[in-house]
Amino acid sequence: MTQKEINLEEQFQARIDRDESIEAKDWMPEKYRKTHIRQISQHAHSEIVGMLPEGNWITRAPSLRRKVALLAKVQDEAGHGLYLYSAAETLGITRDELTEQLHSGKAKYSSIFNYPALTWADMGAIGWLVDGAAIMNQVMLTRTSYGPYARAMVRICKEESFHQRQGYEIMLTLCKGTALQKELAQDALNRFWWPSLMMFGPKDDESPNTEQSVKWKIKRKTNDELRQQFVDQTVPQAEFLGLTVPDPALKWNEERGHYDFGDIDWDEFWQVVKGHGPCNKERIDARVKAWEEGEWVRDAAVTHAEKKDSRTEQKVA
Amino acid sequence: MSDKKQWPIWEVFIRSKNGLEHRHAGSLHASDAEMALENARDVYTRRQEGVSIWVVESKHIHATNPEEAGELFEPAADKVYRHPTFYVLPDELKHI
Ligand SMILES: [Fe+2]
Ligand SMILES: [Fe+2]
Repeated sequence: MTQKEINLEEQFQARIDRDESIEAKDWMPEKYRKTHIRQISQHAHSEIVGMLPEGNWITRAPSLRRKVALLAKVQDEAGHGLYLYSAAETLGITRDELTEQLHSGKAKYSSIFNYPALTWADMGAIGWLVDGAAIMNQVMLTRTSYGPYARAMVRICKEESFHQRQGYEIMLTLCKGTALQKELAQDALNRFWWPSLMMFGPKDDESPNTEQSVKWKIKRKTNDELRQQFVDQTVPQAEFLGLTVPDPALKWNEERGHYDFGDIDWDEFWQVVKGHGPCNKERIDARVKAWEEGEWVRDAAVTHAEKKDSRTEQKVA
Repeated sequence: MSDKKQWPIWEVFIRSKNGLEHRHAGSLHASDAEMALENARDVYTRRQEGVSIWVVESKHIHATNPEEAGELFEPAADKVYRHPTFYVLPDELKHI
């Protein structure tokens, strides 16, 4: 690095330390830019792929009330994806490049969406746990140092709280229903509990990016801190439903003022991240199919716009 | 990937209610202005956030350069006499 670059980097860190927002056209270290493109696009892809497990249940929702709610939620997730793609594009990558990276597997998305949604109760568990875990991360990110990312997060957080509430309401209804309905709710919790804890990412001592991310105020809490916060918040909610969290090691620790909980199966986590989860292939295939089958529509819209332009030009001439 | 052109980026401005100014809400892709307005409605006003939308293709926006922010905006910093509190008047004086 030249002296000039070192100075710029020091000034940049000083701005971060003063809690200033970094905006798209400001000077930033190349690594800050790259980290953001990776993280924001991964987040955007998660919103988009996240529509698939739930979208699959819209036509099978048990009532009109549930159907409009689920439809609105899935539509929100599309919006979240778009806000985030826009934020990533401010860093000099195009939408087509982002799409391409998802389809080729170069870019990742949250591994939770590689688990199947097998029953209606899963719509409850996903809203309650998956959106719940996402919210925890997203609330932190409303104060992230990169302005366009933080602003997208503010908008997203406003919309998210209904997602979690509608999920919990589904769980509550099932738990107050027949024995079979309650069994479905318990089964959904059993399947989604551990993958939800994995959503916060690797343990701090195995997360190489955490230190730099905290220094640049991309993250203001570590993976383990957020995971603990999630467990502490969610266990009483499970108790309220009369459900059992599938972790024999789970126990309130009076001294720490937190719940202790069992070890996460990190082999499973890395397997799913590397593409060997139950639905990885299905999810990407669905995205690629939608993209390819929509190509003629995108092209036709461009042709239409060009024709319209040339007609107005002729009129003007 | 298609060889055809990508849809351009548009900036979206929304008036949240009559009497207030339009404010920047975000951006989106659309093939033309009509589609940009329709998409803006779906993406940015799903919860009655607006009564009016402006869209403008991003390439038409000219912006100041952050590196010139100092020379542009710092001269205003030492002109306290442009603010009412600069002028010292007795407390008992009312309505001024
Ligand atoms: Fe979302
Ligand atoms: Fe959500």
